[in-house]
Amino acid sequence: MKFINEFRDAELGKSLIARIRQRSTRPARLMEFCGGHTVSIARHGLRQLLPPNITMLSGPGCPVCVTANADLDKAIALAKLPDVIITTFGDMMKVPASRSSLQQVKAEGGDIRMVYSTLDALKIAQGNPSKSVVFIGVGFETTAPTVAASVLQAQQQGIDNYCVLSLHKLCPPVVKALLDSGEVKLDGLVCPGHVSAIIGSLPYEFIPRDYGIACVISGFEPLDILQCIDMLVAQIESGQPRVEIAYRRGVKPEGNKIALELMDKVFEVCDGNWRGIGVVPGSGLRLRKRYQRYDAEHNFEINPGEPVEPKGCICGDVLRAVKTPLDCKLFRRVCNPEHPIGPCMVSSEGTCAAYFQYGEVYGR
Amino acid sequence: MEDKILLAHGSGGKLSHDLVKQNFVPLFDNAFLDKLDDSAVFEIKGRLAFTTDSYVVNPIFFPGGDIGKLAVCGTVNDLSMMGAVPKYLSIALIIEEGLLMSDLKRIIASIRKAAQEAGVKIVTGDTKVVNKGSADKLFINSAGVGVIPPGANISGSNARVGDKVILSGSIGDHGIAVISQREGLQFTSSVKSDCAPLNKLVAEMLDSGVEIRCLRDPTRGGLASTLNEFAESSRVGIRIEEESIPVHEVVQAACELLGFDPLYVANEGKLVAVVAANGAEKVVEVMRRNKYGKEAAVIGEVVSEHPGRVILKTRMGASRIVDMLVGEQLPRIC
Amino acid sequence: MCLAIPAKVKSIDGVEAEVEVGGVSRKASIVLTPEAKVGDYVLLHTGYAINVIDEEEAQETLKIFQEIAEAEDRDYPTKFT
Repeated sequence: MKFINEFRDAELGKSLIARIRQRSTRPARLMEFCGGHTVSIARHGLRQLLPPNITMLSGPGCPVCVTANADLDKAIALAKLPDVIITTFGDMMKVPASRSSLQQVKAEGGDIRMVYSTLDALKIAQGNPSKSVVFIGVGFETTAPTVAASVLQAQQQGIDNYCVLSLHKLCPPVVKALLDSGEVKLDGLVCPGHVSAIIGSLPYEFIPRDYGIACVISGFEPLDILQCIDMLVAQIESGQPRVEIAYRRGVKPEGNKIALELMDKVFEVCDGNWRGIGVVPGSGLRLRKRYQRYDAEHNFEINPGEPVEPKGCICGDVLRAVKTPLDCKLFRRVCNPEHPIGPCMVSSEGTCAAYFQYGEVYGR
Repeated sequence: MEDKILLAHGSGGKLSHDLVKQNFVPLFDNAFLDKLDDSAVFEIKGRLAFTTDSYVVNPIFFPGGDIGKLAVCGTVNDLSMMGAVPKYLSIALIIEEGLLMSDLKRIIASIRKAAQEAGVKIVTGDTKVVNKGSADKLFINSAGVGVIPPGANISGSNARVGDKVILSGSIGDHGIAVISQREGLQFTSSVKSDCAPLNKLVAEMLDSGVEIRCLRDPTRGGLASTLNEFAESSRVGIRIEEESIPVHEVVQAACELLGFDPLYVANEGKLVAVVAANGAEKVVEVMRRNKYGKEAAVIGEVVSEHPGRVILKTRMGASRIVDMLVGEQLPRIC
Repeated sequence: MCLAIPAKVKSIDGVEAEVEVGGVSRKASIVLTPEAKVGDYVLLHTGYAINVIDEEEAQETLKIFQEIAEAEDRDYPTKFT
């Protein structure tokens, strides 16, 4: 597979690792923000290959994991309404909300369908004109433009029974909130590659400027991540933090202008409710008034009930990188992929799922 | 208006009788079935292996096979994995009212073809029809009996430190072929299910004279789950190398697209063997001469460290745990 | 929110493209990347092409890796892993 296999070359990987080991003298606490990076690092065992002075921490970059119970409960409430078809990405099916999950509602008779794309959801809407099709919009800036495009397509094609429950979130504001909290000390940030394909590199400028933290935008193959770490180490050793793009084949400094325009046309920024972190101002997206007919929150009266947090679940701490799954009393004993208590275990990109799946050997 | 299966086809009356007599009996063509007695009666000498499995795959037709072929191969393989020579199978159908007669005929023809290839006889069967909505088009249960040759001692708990782990071919083909047909995930590819009867392959492996300690077909849960089962039952560690596991590029691509790990995707025409180290090369040679073992390879070994655990050496040179599949793989987008 | 995979554009019909990765084909929307041409590689995310891959940059990056490998061989004959 082109642009995948070449970036998994073991020999080239060994050289990059050797170079990192040689150049890295100072302790370096690096956070991989994005769930995709967490999985790739775990799957290829990259933590093990790094020198002991480099610590890798997993951040809150798993959109499923950071969806607050209060928001999940809205999706559940919608799923229970008559003549509603819920369309959702696979990861959301099993996430436990306050009292139920989409999978459970499906078992109880709810019409909930897993889709790969909003394009599939639109088709379902066209094929079921007497029902309302609600798409559960979860994801960061990589996904939000695709959902925006789906709303515009619905408008163009007169698909009036399609609407979106927007639970979308933005990355740079939550990074700022994390850094402001002072809870976690970082020397470098592995910046999300595909979010950056959309937003470019400029939104990260505040991180080295105001916090002195090194920033490198990384791709997802093992060589990409190793190259990113090598570049972060170089910044840290030289004491010159800045924003750099390692993932040059996928990210331009200005991002994808058209995607940003579409996102801005359909969505406006609002407060975002992040599990474990709370409300972060300006970190969420909601549909603009002129598209309110495609907004599930406008079309339906949603009564989600009071949110309930699972006892003993420390997903919030894990997401903020103040604790690891190994610190959680429920990890493995009670909470596992088959019976997840919190979203970090359910989502295939959740930190707990990665630790469970690929072993604690890499926890440091 | 196409012919459909009606409730009456399962009720035991004339329609039932005709369905069996006209469609099943002539196709399966054997003395046992011709009698249409309540049970097939036969004599067998030796140590017997007896298995049953139910098949509920959706969709019932997929690239490379269908539920009928699966029902024969799956049961034949379960027997083969004990070293048994499969002899007789039963086929029980639970049909949802409204299934097209042409679809049923196609599946019966598949069953016949698979049974012929495997050299087994379908000696007894049953047909029930249930109301629309009470079954998903067609469910099949198949039971099978086979004879274990003297000297064969195969069990998941027999693995010994130093043994080699052999895989008969590429992984992930069946699972990807099936999922490529599901609504909402439509993609086209050339991936075909690897559904196949492995009894002849196993017989050839046993004939090689090399000590075969464990055999299993990595169906649900994939290669990872099977290896974990061996490690646990035998109380040994297993180490495998990512680079040596055959995965067809198109299967890898589909897995990348859906966020699946091929190690956990179901296979219906592959086996994992644990064999004495000094015979591993010979067994692989023997396997490669069989059409279902062309890509056979040694993928790892049994070790004394980390008993009960399977460790994978990644392409990048690091080691990580390969756990059993817990829950289901859901296609991810994140 | 990151699973995006490089896929080759095989054909384009308006805003819809047929893309292929390793032998698997899918329809994709190029509404976010209208500049994509047949033969380009795009990043495919949930059925949409979100960016056109810069092949020159890809080659440059691989070249950098090669150079690092050669330098390592030259200066550090003993590998650390």
